Amino acid sequence: MAVNYVVFFICALICLLGATGVVFSRNPVHAALSLVATLFGIAVLFVQQSAHFLAAVQVIVYTGAIVVLILFVMMLLGVDQEEDIDEEPLLGVRAAGTIVATILLLGLLAVFFLQSNRSTLVTGERSVTAPLSVDASLDSTKGVAETAGPDNMATLGRLLFTRYVFAFEVTAALLTIAVVGAVVLARRPDRLQPVPDEPESMDDDFMAALESEAGH
Amino acid sequence: MADLSAAYLGLSAALFAIGALGLIRRRNPLVMIMCVELMLNAVNLTFVTFGNMLNDAAGQAIVFFVLVVAAAEVVVGLGIIVALARRKPGLSADDMNVLRG
Amino acid sequence: MTSALLLAADPLYAQGVDLTALLITILKVVVAFAFLLVATMLMVWFERKLVSDMQNRIGPNRAGPWGILQTLADGTKLFFKEHINPIRAERRVYVLAPFLSFVPAFLLFCIVPVSGNWANGGDGTVELFGRTTYLQLADPPVGILFALAMSSIAVYGVMLAGWSSGSKYPLLGSVRASAQMVSYEAAMGLSVMAVVLVTGTVSTHGMVASQAGDGLFHVLPNWAVFTTLLVPFVIFVIAGTAELNRPPFDLVEAEQELVAGFNTEYSSIRFALFFLAEFMNTVTMSGIFVTLFLGGPSGPAPIGPAWLWGCIWFFLKTSAFLFMFVWFRATLPRFRYDQLMDLGWKLLIPLSLGWLLMLAAVQLSGQQNWNPVAVGAGVILMFLIGWSLLRSANAKARAVHLGEEVNA
Repeated sequence: MAVNYVVFFICALICLLGATGVVFSRNPVHAALSLVATLFGIAVLFVQQSAHFLAAVQVIVYTGAIVVLILFVMMLLGVDQEEDIDEEPLLGVRAAGTIVATILLLGLLAVFFLQSNRSTLVTGERSVTAPLSVDASLDSTKGVAETAGPDNMATLGRLLFTRYVFAFEVTAALLTIAVVGAVVLARRPDRLQPVPDEPESMDDDFMAALESEAGH
Repeated sequence: MADLSAAYLGLSAALFAIGALGLIRRRNPLVMIMCVELMLNAVNLTFVTFGNMLNDAAGQAIVFFVLVVAAAEVVVGLGIIVALARRKPGLSADDMNVLRG
Repeated sequence: MTSALLLAADPLYAQGVDLTALLITILKVVVAFAFLLVATMLMVWFERKLVSDMQNRIGPNRAGPWGILQTLADGTKLFFKEHINPIRAERRVYVLAPFLSFVPAFLLFCIVPVSGNWANGGDGTVELFGRTTYLQLADPPVGILFALAMSSIAVYGVMLAGWSSGSKYPLLGSVRASAQMVSYEAAMGLSVMAVVLVTGTVSTHGMVASQAGDGLFHVLPNWAVFTTLLVPFVIFVIAGTAELNRPPFDLVEAEQELVAGFNTEYSSIRFALFFLAEFMNTVTMSGIFVTLFLGGPSGPAPIGPAWLWGCIWFFLKTSAFLFMFVWFRATLPRFRYDQLMDLGWKLLIPLSLGWLLMLAAVQLSGQQNWNPVAVGAGVILMFLIGWSLLRSANAKARAVHLGEEVNA
């Protein structure tokens, strides 16, 4: 199992370097590329935990669509100018940020590692005393390890379309609403009026413009 | 495998904290969206780790929904940024402090 | 979390990875690498020769017999050209972009099954140095989704190339190219889902296995092009051509339009990498077409070793698609950009989605013992009614809109 440790170490390194790149890069495009590195690292970690479908979806959707969209907007709007991160107009934001991040990190680590019954967490035994009441056929407790490999997708599909089908449909509606909202937001206003500085027709104005030019 | 589960959780905690730091520090809205994505990914990793530890596929199902919702959120967020950037160039989150415009 | 899970059903890794398995894998990697490079070289020559044949001229005939070494000569020339780094180019991303284009093209080839022993109900494995293995580099559990993932990564190479060049034409070209690629990925994904529905598996090995037998009336082979009723095949070919930025969808790198699009500012080796990546993607995409829809290496094996016949059939089918690509280049005029986007979003995506739903209904009817033909026809009829209603609503809205504009 040494390979697992090596893979985890490398991917964790990539993820952390990418994350620091996102936060501390001056150039937003560099930040986006660091995010891509982090997402790839996380995809490999997903594969290591037998979540193959999620790894593929992560690459296809997150890196292949979401970050591409972000890069599009950067390029189209020209916000790829480098942000001056050395200067901070609002007072205390840096200190607040560092304090919040430190508290978050310590808090999360404390929750994970300072359990009264520490063995429960790290050995992976269920810490609830009563079993979840599940339909035997749905069986989300079917388990990840038993369903690794080709069955991972089958289990996930079965779960999504039986037990979580309502949430599935709601997210589908959410996506549709998001698309409509984006179209409405990004639409140019004043579509029905002609653009004022363009001539209504090229013929009359053109000749008039030429004559006035010749007259000058 | 037990040691690695703890390591996964530590990694996701670190990613979440770094994302939060970035969200507070950076002013470019696009980079702020990226920091939010970073935090969401840390959460995804936590879900998958717990799903693996507890032998429950629901962890992965939840990650699926988080992914979809993150995609929708980025779409709308970028739409807002595009609409705002048309008004004035030089995008900075510090300037977006009034409801109007 | 053993390697058996990672590389799924490939029996080479069934007992864990030992030295023999590792060496066999390395051998497969080297062979695939070499094959892909040689295939790319020959593809470039093939295209030039065939296009010139269709245009009634001779084409390259100096470098080697029939000009076969022309690509090698061109590559050598490109390597020795001067590196021009534009001053306003963003250095790191400028250097990175060709590799982001080049590497996915290689990785995409990993999941394509090149051959297999399908004769007499064999399961597609061959014997290599005493270990059974598949004749493909890897058989990941997500199978064909890996191909979709790699095409998503290829968008980055194009986009970053244009942006990092620091000048107008490449930026325009790259934004258009990446918008085009992203748009057609959806249609590709939906056609792939149709094949997954029909073959019942995502793994490429499983797909080829399920297409290996006899299909309708024992006359047609059980290829997915027939079992998905042809439409997903057509959609996938069109979407694949657009994804590769090949003619007739090559507006973004056409010389008459945007100088050379996103690779305007690239010279020598980096330009060679882009060029090679495009042709490598073409070869690999043809391989994916064959795997998904034409049953991969399946075909009759009259005499001799079955795996050799598998290679031959795979090669023939892939060459047919490469011929088709070159034919497109020689004959079809280019799509305008808005026509291209219209085609992708307004025709291909609804059509592939509707066809996927129809195929799902037909499969369900097979399980519930309804009449599949009636179900299929009913679904198509419903879609046609919906489509005509939508079109008439659109036309009416456009008339109202124009009426307002004229009167305003």
